[in-house]
Amino acid sequence: MVTRVLIADDEPNIVLTLSFMLKREGYEVLTVPDGVQALAAIRAERPALVLLDGAMPGMTGFEVCEAVRADPEVAGTPILMLTAKGRETDIARGIGAGADAYVTKPFSTRELIVKIREMLA
Amino acid sequence: MRLDRGRVLAALAPGLALAIWSGAGLLIWRAARPEALAQALAGQGALLLGWLALGAAGAGWLALSLHDRLVRAPRRLADAAANLAENPAAPLLDDPAPLAQAVNRLAGRSRALQADMERLVAEASRKVAQERDQLGALMAELQQSVVVCTLDGRILLYNERARALFQRLSDAPQIAGGADLIGLGRSIHAVIDRPLIEHARETVERQLARGEPAGAARFVTTTGAGHLLQVLWAPVRAEVALTGYVLLLDDITEEQAAQSRRDQRLVALTEASRASLANMQTALDMLDYPDLQPAERDSFQQVVRDEVQAMAARLAELTQGGADAQARWPLQDMLGADLLAAAAGHLRASSGRAPAVEEPAPDLWLRVDSFALVHALGDLAAPLPEGVAPGLRLAEAATPGWAHLDLSWPQDAAPAEGFAAIRASARAVAERHGGELWLEHDRAAGRSFFRFLLPMAQGRREAAGDPRPEFYDFDLFGADAAGHALDDSRLEQLAYTVFDTETTGLDPAGGDEIIQIGAVRVLNGKILHGEGFDQLVDPGRSIPEAGIPYHGIRPEMVRGQPRIAEVLPAFHAYAAGTVLVGHNVAFDMRFLQLKEAATGLRFDQPVLDTLLLASIAQPHEPSQSLEAIAARLGVTIAGRHNAAGDALATAQVFLALLPLLKGRGIVTLGEARAAAETSYYARLRY
Repeated sequence: MVTRVLIADDEPNIVLTLSFMLKREGYEVLTVPDGVQALAAIRAERPALVLLDGAMPGMTGFEVCEAVRADPEVAGTPILMLTAKGRETDIARGIGAGADAYVTKPFSTRELIVKIREMLA
Repeated sequence: MRLDRGRVLAALAPGLALAIWSGAGLLIWRAARPEALAQALAGQGALLLGWLALGAAGAGWLALSLHDRLVRAPRRLADAAANLAENPAAPLLDDPAPLAQAVNRLAGRSRALQADMERLVAEASRKVAQERDQLGALMAELQQSVVVCTLDGRILLYNERARALFQRLSDAPQIAGGADLIGLGRSIHAVIDRPLIEHARETVERQLARGEPAGAARFVTTTGAGHLLQVLWAPVRAEVALTGYVLLLDDITEEQAAQSRRDQRLVALTEASRASLANMQTALDMLDYPDLQPAERDSFQQVVRDEVQAMAARLAELTQGGADAQARWPLQDMLGADLLAAAAGHLRASSGRAPAVEEPAPDLWLRVDSFALVHALGDLAAPLPEGVAPGLRLAEAATPGWAHLDLSWPQDAAPAEGFAAIRASARAVAERHGGELWLEHDRAAGRSFFRFLLPMAQGRREAAGDPRPEFYDFDLFGADAAGHALDDSRLEQLAYTVFDTETTGLDPAGGDEIIQIGAVRVLNGKILHGEGFDQLVDPGRSIPEAGIPYHGIRPEMVRGQPRIAEVLPAFHAYAAGTVLVGHNVAFDMRFLQLKEAATGLRFDQPVLDTLLLASIAQPHEPSQSLEAIAARLGVTIAGRHNAAGDALATAQVFLALLPLLKGRGIVTLGEARAAAETSYYARLRY
């Protein structure tokens, strides 16, 4: 069975490259452009991993994260926050809200792939 | 002369009585011997009538003069005395009678007393008026808006800047000139909400209750017209009780808006740049793959071009200015325990819930807008179901310099969605602190909580000195003129340096040296606690062990301290222009005088000795030691045999002696010195 990864980000450029990269890694990739759709996709598609941007229109990544952790159905979904919000307080909030990993943009693609592999292992 | 009914009655009464008496006699006579009566009346009737009339006239005159003396005169005296008592302009009684003279004396004394009282009242009023004028002048020069209020928020005093500020805040500035908001006796709550003021007051009261010096509370509030006011709330205290408060107001609307725009732009630029860099980085990484299709290669190259263009556009926009944003509010240092206490109080008051509060670390200080935080916690707790007691917890966060403030509840008690509406405003409060707010679940403990990430205060607050140094005294202007002819100056109007020294021994001529000088200043009858002098001195010789239990100064304490040649000039300057006061001061003066040759400094100002003054004020007391005098005068000594402590005690004793000396007719400095010279103890010489 193919591992399904959800990318939630409102910037098409990063979605383009991330999905290209993950597809090359052999994952099935879903993409959504905002937080509300991200939450819906998580509930509907049950992805094995979510790459979540912090600042999205509608519902921010942090809020999506909180909502996922509050919903017993999907509370266990692994979440990797991938965001330009790099202050210490942002990181504390991301981890506090329940993200399993917090990666600040810009990042090294090699390390990101290693981290994704670890989380899906 | 007006007809006096009393006088007429008094004059006629004897005549009337005589007529009735004679009539009755005639009736009896007629009943017994009618013919004899008729004969007598016919013979000596006229004579008899004339005699009776004469008697009536004489008795009438006698009664009239008695009435005048015994009834009218005392009445007049009573009236005159009443007049004298009530009317200060009434003339004294023109009557040599002893009673009248006694009344005159009483009246004279009461008038003198009244005149004295009026003079004192006038003097006091003049002084108050002068202080008020000086205060007014000071306030007018202040760059800040100042408003002084009573505890219930009535405005007592404000300055021109405050009026101008309130004019800007007013919805109708042209019409009322700000007077619709500010005015003596009006309520400050028209501009600043009562709960904010109460919150500031409680904060300060908690500090006071812990015995800390009374600080000020700071908060920021928005006004109806959209202004952002920074307010400093400082207590006005009489002894310990709060009697009112002073508000220092700053309109920070403009600078905050500018500041927050800058902050906002910086954060936006940073985040956008991170995102762009990430996009370019990943696109470049993809371009490294050797097996790319031409279309894929084009798309990644396009990503890089897009992002470069976007970054250039952002920089261009930045230089032209950006959008308005959420203000970064000024924050105040607050003890964590105080914040929790305030939050718990608010939760109880607003929702009737008694929160379970976990005691925070005792030294955890935060840098917060406590009012906004406390209310945000109250709002967040509001959707919790009835009967659910929220928990409050405060602890240092893993992120250095930050702390967690948690509002928790049992996990199954409330759905997370219930808070959606309140979240935004609570988030804004967290962001004001540069902090964060999120919802977290602790499944192990079965609790959900909102967690505020809040900045901790940088370092501990330093221990403040005396809470109220007397750095002002409006009587200073009056005392200045008295500086020249000191001997004629009244004792209570002079400036004094009350001092004490500790020495290596009791023999200045035999090589003993000063090891400590302590002093306080006394001005206009007040000890200036904030202007003390306390200096250890390296004696340049050993300190005999025998003296150490007495003064408590060990050799290592004076090591590295300045020598007397450096200390004396400072003390000389400190004492310049004041009268020196000490207990058994001849001893201390001897040490100072022996240094005159070496330092070239002469302490040539007048000197008063509390030992001598006490022996004048209370000549029959057996002991004139500082302890004994202090005990008699009800002065408590803290830090006896420490130069500074002794100086303070001596100053207190000195002030307590002044009224006693006054009772013995010693009012001026000259009189005090003359009396001291004749005193028995003055014969002691070192």
